[in-house]
Amino acid sequence: MGGYELWSWLFMRISGVVLLFLAVGHVVIMHVLGGGVGRVDFKFVQLRWQSPFWRTWDWLMLSLALFHGVNGLRTVILDYVRSRGARFTLTWFFNVVGLVLFALGSVVVFTFNPANFPTT
Amino acid sequence: MAKKAGEFGSLYRGREGQWSWVLHRVTGVGIILFLFAHVVDTAVVGWGPEAYNRVLSVYHNPFVQLLELVLVAMVVYHALNGVRIMLLDFWPNAPEYQARLFYATMAVFVGGMIPIIYIIGRNVIREL
Repeated sequence: MGGYELWSWLFMRISGVVLLFLAVGHVVIMHVLGGGVGRVDFKFVQLRWQSPFWRTWDWLMLSLALFHGVNGLRTVILDYVRSRGARFTLTWFFNVVGLVLFALGSVVVFTFNPANFPTT
Repeated sequence: MAKKAGEFGSLYRGREGQWSWVLHRVTGVGIILFLFAHVVDTAVVGWGPEAYNRVLSVYHNPFVQLLELVLVAMVVYHALNGVRIMLLDFWPNAPEYQARLFYATMAVFVGGMIPIIYIIGRNVIREL
């Protein structure tokens, strides 16, 4: 049990507690309350992302969920993939996918400008 | 490596502890694989209303909404079971109650999912 695994264990718990509110809150808001996912469209996001509160929520959720999930995949791969080469390749494949999506998601959350599209 | 169940028996008990673990894995992997797709579909918002609304029409499909209900259930289970895991980690007496903690987790899960299933079901039927 080295330092890395201890920090990984700690990160899973801290991000888990935060995601308990962010992710459960997100699915309840989007899919259960206010008429459900049927009301979600471009205008909905346009209005929602006028508020720094929701942008912060979404970006924090995006970051924590991606790193929590990719680290979870690492654990699963460690358990089932017996060949060292395949383990390395798969783990890094998901690390790269996670990092690329983290970059893409961050750019979208921070650069989306509601004023670029007419609100009618 | 996989030793036959010898004099010590199998390490895998197949009871509350193992079932909660299996469910945690399956829901966790399911959620992250969905999230990969979800980041990409949300990114389409940058291309404006026409493109984004076309993507979102997938989410509005009644059959897809049933899959979304499964996704909500996976998120809720994973969150509640995460709390159970942390109780086992940080509360010294918790292992004594581990089976009861599993049933308590499932009770909260079912109790939470009943209104969620009702509301999502009602919304889907209303939109048909």
